[in-house]
Amino acid sequence: MTGKPAVESKPPVPGKPRRPTPPMHGGADHAVYGREELQAILSERESWTAGELADLLARTPRRRKSFQTDSGIPVPDVLDPAHRSQEDFRRDIGYPGRYPFTRGPQATMYRGRLWTMRQFAGFGSPEDTNARFKYLLAHGMTGLSTAFDMPALMGYDADHSLSRGEVGKEGVAISTLRDFEILFDGIPLGDVTTSMTINASAVVALAMYVAVGEKQGIPRARLGGTIQADMLKEFIAQKEWIVGPRPAVKMVVDMIEFCAKEMPRWNPVSISGYHIREAGATAVQELAFTLADGLEYVQECVDRGMDVDSFAQRLSFFWDVHNDFFEEIAKFRASRRIWARALRERFGARRKESLLLRTHAQTAGVSLTAQQPYNNVVRTALQAMAAVLGGTQSLHTNSLDETYALPTEDAVRIALRTQQIIGYESGVDRVVDPLAGSYYVEYLTDEMERRALDYIRRIDEMGGMLRAVEEGFPQREIAESAYRWQREVESGDRVVVGVNEFRTEGDAPIPLLRIDESVARAQVARLQAVRAERSADRVKETLAGVEKACRDGSNVMPPIIEAVKVYATLGEVCDVFRKVWGQYREDGVF
Amino acid sequence: MSQNKGRTLRILVAKPGLDGHDRGAKIVARALRDAGFEVIYTGLHQTPEMIAAAAVQEDVDGVGLSIMSGAHLTLFPAVVDALKERGVDDVTVFGGGIIPQDDIPTLKKAGVSEVFLPGATTQSIVDWIRGNVKPRAEVA
Repeated sequence: MTGKPAVESKPPVPGKPRRPTPPMHGGADHAVYGREELQAILSERESWTAGELADLLARTPRRRKSFQTDSGIPVPDVLDPAHRSQEDFRRDIGYPGRYPFTRGPQATMYRGRLWTMRQFAGFGSPEDTNARFKYLLAHGMTGLSTAFDMPALMGYDADHSLSRGEVGKEGVAISTLRDFEILFDGIPLGDVTTSMTINASAVVALAMYVAVGEKQGIPRARLGGTIQADMLKEFIAQKEWIVGPRPAVKMVVDMIEFCAKEMPRWNPVSISGYHIREAGATAVQELAFTLADGLEYVQECVDRGMDVDSFAQRLSFFWDVHNDFFEEIAKFRASRRIWARALRERFGARRKESLLLRTHAQTAGVSLTAQQPYNNVVRTALQAMAAVLGGTQSLHTNSLDETYALPTEDAVRIALRTQQIIGYESGVDRVVDPLAGSYYVEYLTDEMERRALDYIRRIDEMGGMLRAVEEGFPQREIAESAYRWQREVESGDRVVVGVNEFRTEGDAPIPLLRIDESVARAQVARLQAVRAERSADRVKETLAGVEKACRDGSNVMPPIIEAVKVYATLGEVCDVFRKVWGQYREDGVF
Repeated sequence: MSQNKGRTLRILVAKPGLDGHDRGAKIVARALRDAGFEVIYTGLHQTPEMIAAAAVQEDVDGVGLSIMSGAHLTLFPAVVDALKERGVDDVTVFGGGIIPQDDIPTLKKAGVSEVFLPGATTQSIVDWIRGNVKPRAEVA
């Protein structure tokens, strides 16, 4: 554990020259309505403004001086076709499954198959989480999603001094392949898809999944799922890291490259807006920073010599769904359009699959309140509805008790039932992109795109997202937004039901899930047993292979698979990263 | 002494443990600074020993801990103990985060003076500090 981190000792380097951001598609020549009809609409608007609107405002003013979305997009009283006179249907909206994919990545969307209902789960021991997986599958969940505990996420074994108090608390405790074998015991990995929410130590988790698949007799090419592995957003928002941004991103690219060659059903990165939003970003910032992260990964892969069409179809996304209903829907629609255009115009992608933005979504944990917790079911339902109207491919709905602790089984079931009610009862699944053509939603979609492209242009000018992150640009923008939101809540300008308005005293306590320290003791005991049984020589040899790959710049995935197969621990592999590249630390700025 | 009594309160905002959720810590740090306190923020991933060392080195009057990982029952008391090991028993320790109500008595018994739960306003934290954190006596 020596040596100065290579990342930090490097002098600031000027950013790579980037190709210009795709142009904004505004100002169409042809309009939906003819000139005469538009004139008539404008006259009618004027007469309404002077008439009905003015009359009512004279008696009852608006509730606010001005209205805007949560991202600050101005919202007029009402929109009409004249506001949309520049709209070009075929260019900007079009048809689902067709460029620019505003309306969705597939032609049939939920008429073909509902979104994947994927509840994030993981707590306690691998046995506990294995049982929760089986419970959720039995209740109709269609994909697994694994949460890991903090030590696993930060690359420490259960018996490390920094792991005290944290083992199994925020997710499942994992130190070796033995834990993975228990976690997926009795779950046929060839038949389910698995999502793993892990980033800094993701290469190790993916290697363990490949190894456990082999033990079940499933070749890696047949394994389907997603690993989050989005390190840029870690430095921007979630702040779980091992080494600095450049080697961290290098390992992400290693995973993308490895999966492009060997795991055609695996999504090697889930480019995530979720954490950026939860850290306080607006919807526009979430959209912009996340897409800029994605563009950075694509650029890094292309710089390594990969053909964009060899990997782009496996890049997946992950959005937050917050409270502002229409703005959230617009965010999903705008994201697909921006991504498709950027991949085609900036990187020259030719395959249709390379242009598709496919996404998971999760309702906004940060919007939930500890006060009157049952209200959270309603918040989550509205947010889930927005994700579905936005055209998500997969969805997690939060449970009502998550401002206190990890959810109980009962709370998770209500959250899952919320999705099933939307999917099977509400009727929103029956038509593709039901809000297309809404003057407001199309206006918001255009505004989200315009504002996100502005940010992306600024980031390009800094030399790309890696450079912007090193300079702390997105971090500062997010902290500003978070502080502004908090001030609005405290001033009463922003109402949070049950918190600063409509309060009740003495909420009845709700049942909570508890993880006790016996999990940590059992994990440490198992870890030590594994260490005693394995071949120390094989571990040493394979870890030397990992170190060699780190130093010579070759892909770290193959040697890590070899190491975990002989039960090298997650912490031992991550120690190699720390040894070669140094432990990353961030200054305590606020 | 008199100068010490009237001095601006110095508060260390600290993130013990491995979780990286620093939105709350940063908002609180900024709100305390805006309220006129001198604020030092440790940054992320601090051990109880690192926090206690920073508290001593910065000569603070209070330490505010922020945690979301569920490790509060282990880490909050460990900070109090680490301060005691350094002979410090007049620094007020308080905290907040994703903490079940039922854990508050245990934390208070362990020497944590106040616990702020989700939904607490920064103003309520400022007011509580003004009423409860006293400038430390000059060390002889």
